[in-house]
Amino acid sequence: MTDALLTGGNASTEVPLKRRLRRAERTRQVKALALVLPLLVFLLFTFAGPIAGMLWRAVDDREVRQVLPQTVAALADWDGKDLPDEKAYAALASDIVAARASGTIAIAAKRLNYALNGFRTILTSTARNLKTMPEPGAAKETLGKINAAWRERATWTTIRDASGPITGFYLLAALDLVRNVDGAIVAAPPDQAIYRSLFTRTFIISLSVTALCLILGFPVAYLLATLPPGRSNLLMIFVLLPFWTSLLVRTCAWIVLLQSKGVVNDSLHWLGIIDEPLRLIYNRFGVCVAMTHVLLPFMILPLYSSMKAISPAYMRAAASLGAPPFTAFLRIYLPQTLPGIGAGSLLVFILALGYYITPALVGGAADQMISYFIALYTTETANWGLASALGAVLLLATILLALVYGKLVQGQQVTGGMKN
Amino acid sequence: MEAGMVTPAPALVRFSGIQKTYDGEHLVVKNLDLDIRKGEFITLLGPSGSGKTTTLMMLAGFEVPTHGEIYLSGRPIKNMPPHKRDIGMVFQNYALFPHLTIAENIAFPLSVRKTNKADVEERVGSALRMIKMETLAHRRPGQLSGGQQQRVALARALVFNPQLVLMDEPLGALDKRLREQMQLEIKQLHETMGITVVYVTHDQSEALTMSDRIAVFNDGIVQQIDKPDALYEHPVNSFVAHFIGENNVLAGTVETVDKDYCRVALAAGGTVTARAINISGAGASTSLSVRPERITIIPDGSSSDGPNRLPAKVQNTIYLGDHALAVLDVSGNAEFMVKLQPGAHDSLTHGANVFVTFRPEDCLALDPV
Repeated sequence: MTDALLTGGNASTEVPLKRRLRRAERTRQVKALALVLPLLVFLLFTFAGPIAGMLWRAVDDREVRQVLPQTVAALADWDGKDLPDEKAYAALASDIVAARASGTIAIAAKRLNYALNGFRTILTSTARNLKTMPEPGAAKETLGKINAAWRERATWTTIRDASGPITGFYLLAALDLVRNVDGAIVAAPPDQAIYRSLFTRTFIISLSVTALCLILGFPVAYLLATLPPGRSNLLMIFVLLPFWTSLLVRTCAWIVLLQSKGVVNDSLHWLGIIDEPLRLIYNRFGVCVAMTHVLLPFMILPLYSSMKAISPAYMRAAASLGAPPFTAFLRIYLPQTLPGIGAGSLLVFILALGYYITPALVGGAADQMISYFIALYTTETANWGLASALGAVLLLATILLALVYGKLVQGQQVTGGMKN
Repeated sequence: MEAGMVTPAPALVRFSGIQKTYDGEHLVVKNLDLDIRKGEFITLLGPSGSGKTTTLMMLAGFEVPTHGEIYLSGRPIKNMPPHKRDIGMVFQNYALFPHLTIAENIAFPLSVRKTNKADVEERVGSALRMIKMETLAHRRPGQLSGGQQQRVALARALVFNPQLVLMDEPLGALDKRLREQMQLEIKQLHETMGITVVYVTHDQSEALTMSDRIAVFNDGIVQQIDKPDALYEHPVNSFVAHFIGENNVLAGTVETVDKDYCRVALAAGGTVTARAINISGAGASTSLSVRPERITIIPDGSSSDGPNRLPAKVQNTIYLGDHALAVLDVSGNAEFMVKLQPGAHDSLTHGANVFVTFRPEDCLALDPV
């Protein structure tokens, strides 16, 4: 012991000391890791894994490659300027015959139909009419006779672009973009370009709901933070009460309240304020009301916790220094609630971005948000690629927002934050 | 009660018949009448719950008196909101705005008064110089030490030249050495700037150090308002005698009263002569109060005649550096303290029988405890 102490300042013993320190810390780190390992594994399999798989599907493109392998190989060195040569036609004919025998033609037809409307018919009619392999050298002519589409360049570029193994097709589609015949990225035709306006709508609804939550939640949080503990606890139970019932029940309750023969319309009619029932549901108004109701606690709770940390002495100090109540609120109280406003708004906004059930139940056709379409493509049309691409774009936008928020909050902490 | 103010300045603040109750049953402040003169440093001193902080809060405008009126420069201010009163205040935990820099904190009272920018800058600059913190102007309160925050709070309360500055136990959170240093700094500021200060504390040594006058609060009543030395030398009742400085108590009954002096028979036997301060007359029970430094110990056997000579038994001696204390058992009071010169305690053996003596003018007959 004393020896170790005596040689402690010696340069030669410095390295072992550092190593000992590292070793000691490593043990602690390993222990900590072991404690969170079950959760990490759980998250990996139930959260990170599925999400990664889903994101992968946004760029994964192997259906055409599997069904028409020879065609894909033959088109690999096609310049795309003219129709492909005889070799490619022969490969296609051979692939179609083989695919028909194994019954996989529909898989490729579905994928190609996403890119070019009507491709399903082209492929199935060709398969039906191509009884045997055409004579060598006559494949081009035979296929052209069966379906004139084989004499068009677009048909072939569609196959080439869908030959995988990865593609930007779905991600481009999610942003209303397509590749044209020459491979350049151009805007999608107007009748197919729905996603940008869909994202815009999703963001506008989410922003409106966030603003409504902030306007309604701020006074409530202030009341909660300033009332004596007994009464504020009672109020807090009312704030949390909605969590005790299911989201579906709460949403359906709004249908009961807001429908044309509902409580609100009947009351207004009885009071003589309106003659015709107001249209309160299955429109933007209903979506905003129901979503604001559901998301309000997520705004109130962060606001409450930031307000709770503000000592009443600040307002008294401001008053004693000559600030009228409103000035004191604006210059002293409000700035100190900014972290809470930021956290609550971000939480509500991100939750609102992904909302599905509420708009689906109380919204009209023009109020459906991005999640509705993700669900539609996943469950109804089984277009997983597009569903994943929409999800990926939404996730990216959300991550960007979170990063921006993180920057803002960090800036605030550096400049004082919630100290004192 | 007010001993010898040479130049009675006009009253800046007048509390007139103030009563305050929170629950409608108990009066926290019972019938307060108090004048605060321009330029004086007055301390409201008392134990917690004595009504001193409530009194300060009523003056600041955060509490409304249940009854009575407060006048500031002759104007009634009972219903005036705090921000219109032009009273600076230093809070217990400073209440510096955490999201503003030091300079912004000090500029706050000026900017809410719409002072022009150049003027604000100049006055903030001189305030920062006053507290010697020019280099820390752009720090946040959270990055300062307690003493520095205290100085900023002081500068912020003074920068708009209020007619009155209130301080609510501003040094409570500081350690002893810093507290003593800050006491002197505040006192110095008061003297150089000529401001009127109302200071609330429960620490009697702080009150004695800083104040021109001290109002001793207990039970919602001002027990005595006086200069520090007068409070110490001439307490009007047992509470004040106890609360200000060290004090030995002996219980007894008044036998005879002769002008300013009286004979008191001690409960444990023996009689002493004391100054009659707060007794109702012969036959009344009383508490005698004697300061530890006014008592002499006479070793057993030495023959000395004195009017107040009581047998005592040494219980303990305590060495305190600059002085020593002897703890004696005198007439049933087992914690009778006598202040000694350092070293003098060596000659006292535990359990020894000695005598204590004190002059009649140092022994006060007060109301019974």
